Amino acid sequence: MISHLWHLIKKEVRELLTPATVIPIVIMAIIFASIGNLTGGAVEDTLSASPVIGIINLDGDNETYSAIIYDTAIAMNASIVFESDDINDLQEGLDVVRERGAMALIVIGPDYNESISSGEKGNLTVYWNMKGTGIFSSMSSAPVDIMLSEVSRSTTYALIEESSDLDPENITSPIVYSSTTLLGDKELVGLGPETVAGFLQSQSFTMPMLIMIIIVMLGGIIISSMGQEKENKTLETLLTLPVNRTVIVSGKLLGSAIVGLVFAGIYMVGMNIYMDNLMIGDVDLSEFGISMGTAETALVGLMVVLAIVCALGICMILGAFAMNYKAAQSLTIPITFLALIPFFVTMFTDYQSLSPILQALMFAIPFTHPMMATNNIMVGNMELVYYGIAYLAIFALATVFITVRLYKSDILLTGVGTTVKGSRTRRRMRK
Amino acid sequence: MDALVVKDLYKAYGNDVAVGGVSFDVKDGEIFGLIGPNGAGKTTTLRVISTLLTVTSGELTVYGKSVTEEPNEVRKIISYLPEDAGAYKNLTGRQYLEFIAGFFTSGSTKKEMVDRGVGIANLGERIDSKVDTYSKGMMRRLLIARAIMTQPKLAILDEVTSGLDVINATEIRGIIKDLSKEGTSVLLSSHNMFEVEYLCDRVALIDKGKIVADGAPDELKKEYSANNIEEVFIKVVRG
Repeated sequence: MISHLWHLIKKEVRELLTPATVIPIVIMAIIFASIGNLTGGAVEDTLSASPVIGIINLDGDNETYSAIIYDTAIAMNASIVFESDDINDLQEGLDVVRERGAMALIVIGPDYNESISSGEKGNLTVYWNMKGTGIFSSMSSAPVDIMLSEVSRSTTYALIEESSDLDPENITSPIVYSSTTLLGDKELVGLGPETVAGFLQSQSFTMPMLIMIIIVMLGGIIISSMGQEKENKTLETLLTLPVNRTVIVSGKLLGSAIVGLVFAGIYMVGMNIYMDNLMIGDVDLSEFGISMGTAETALVGLMVVLAIVCALGICMILGAFAMNYKAAQSLTIPITFLALIPFFVTMFTDYQSLSPILQALMFAIPFTHPMMATNNIMVGNMELVYYGIAYLAIFALATVFITVRLYKSDILLTGVGTTVKGSRTRRRMRK
Repeated sequence: MDALVVKDLYKAYGNDVAVGGVSFDVKDGEIFGLIGPNGAGKTTTLRVISTLLTVTSGELTVYGKSVTEEPNEVRKIISYLPEDAGAYKNLTGRQYLEFIAGFFTSGSTKKEMVDRGVGIANLGERIDSKVDTYSKGMMRRLLIARAIMTQPKLAILDEVTSGLDVINATEIRGIIKDLSKEGTSVLLSSHNMFEVEYLCDRVALIDKGKIVADGAPDELKKEYSANNIEEVFIKVVRG
């Protein structure tokens, strides 16, 4: 029996894992990774770049506060491509900024120093050189933004130092507080809720994404494979071979699971590169006890495996009704929805914020449980994890049982509500 | 012992009766033909015998083994070739034969079985090409080889030469004749009356789910004063 099972698994993998199926997945993963690298690299490059600016100083002498602007620019290794003290040079300055690809032209107003000295606001006019219309176009001005913030801070400190002996740092930030966030039964000393939420969100994205991808992939693979088997009548041949129907079902389940995991693995490599490049300042909370040990990781692994069996079971039940490859394509829609609903719900909200009916519906979908497992374990909500495992196990057994029953019935070959060849004749016979 | 005994087979899908009380038997080593118009119940009968479909009522035994009680035992001694069947497209012809052989035997006997299949298929070097690249004739040869290489006691062949050109069809008829000489019993269905007359020791005419005539081709021709089985068929069906 084991050799028959292994035989079927090998055939299934060989049939499904072909260049035609693998290459699109690899290309997709490479595209994901490349987008991550490009955008992540672009963000980092922009933030670490030095300001490139032009300056028109209409305030005459280079006094205290306008000097802060020059000092800050020098401190930030700014490149000053145009410099003047005449407003009539404005057009020339703008042309130079455009031609040299500088980020901005800063015009220091005529009463800049006097205004600040007398307690009024100093007036700067900034002409930004926008270089594109893409999402990250505004990022190119970030170094000048940072420079101007620093100019503002230094000016504040200079004003405080002139009028007081107090430390400007204490004046601008007069209070200090240490945070302790209570999360479940854990006390996270030194961490604010935003930091903790940020970490958990990054965790709650990865696992649901992985599960969603696996399920959608498997759905497409196994239902299409069953449609093809029926169309080519290879299923009829298989069912007349001296091999137990349970072994045939198990072979299909395991073979498709292996292929699905390979595809999901390829996707996840690309997705991880994409996410790593976009996440800046990620925090590791394992030192606060918010992490998963070996036992917890094994629990999540068990849930993923059970979810895969559930998905395969559902797909094989749906696939049993696909009479050919074309019909099989539309049958992937239900399984895709079943994977997408809990994915989006766990991404954007918390189950506790849902109404009891929606909660019941969410928990009825088996894929919800592994998607929520990581965060539930981290916050110590183990009851939901254990209930989830029990539910998944029952669901998986039920789907496998139904699948085996279907493989032993006529429905697999005739479909529900369909008549086989000669229905007209049979109707005549009844008459 | 009879190769196949079918007693009062009924097969219904809800209220639709596909086969309404069919009885016939196939002797050991005999080629038996089941002929009839489209929708007469031929394929359903073959599928039931092949353990693919459940039996509504009736008794079926293959070499004494009950199709309903011992389907796994029956599957060990039969080989079913559906009409317009295909093979796994991403496997080569040889890999497909190896896959099937793996369910019947292992080791050196498996290699012998595959070699036998390769010989029957007679596809030359193309046996190592992907099945996806085969013509209809090549595919049918491969599938015949698959069905026969296991040396089944009863081969069940549904419209075995359907859609093939004259040369391929003739070659396949030759293979079936040889198979019978080697001791395998054959149950086949066909629309091609000349093929049936040429191949079969006995035939049964099935219409509207019932056997309307059966016997050796010569006996039937004599009984219905016909020159060939086609004429017998028309006379029987049209009354």
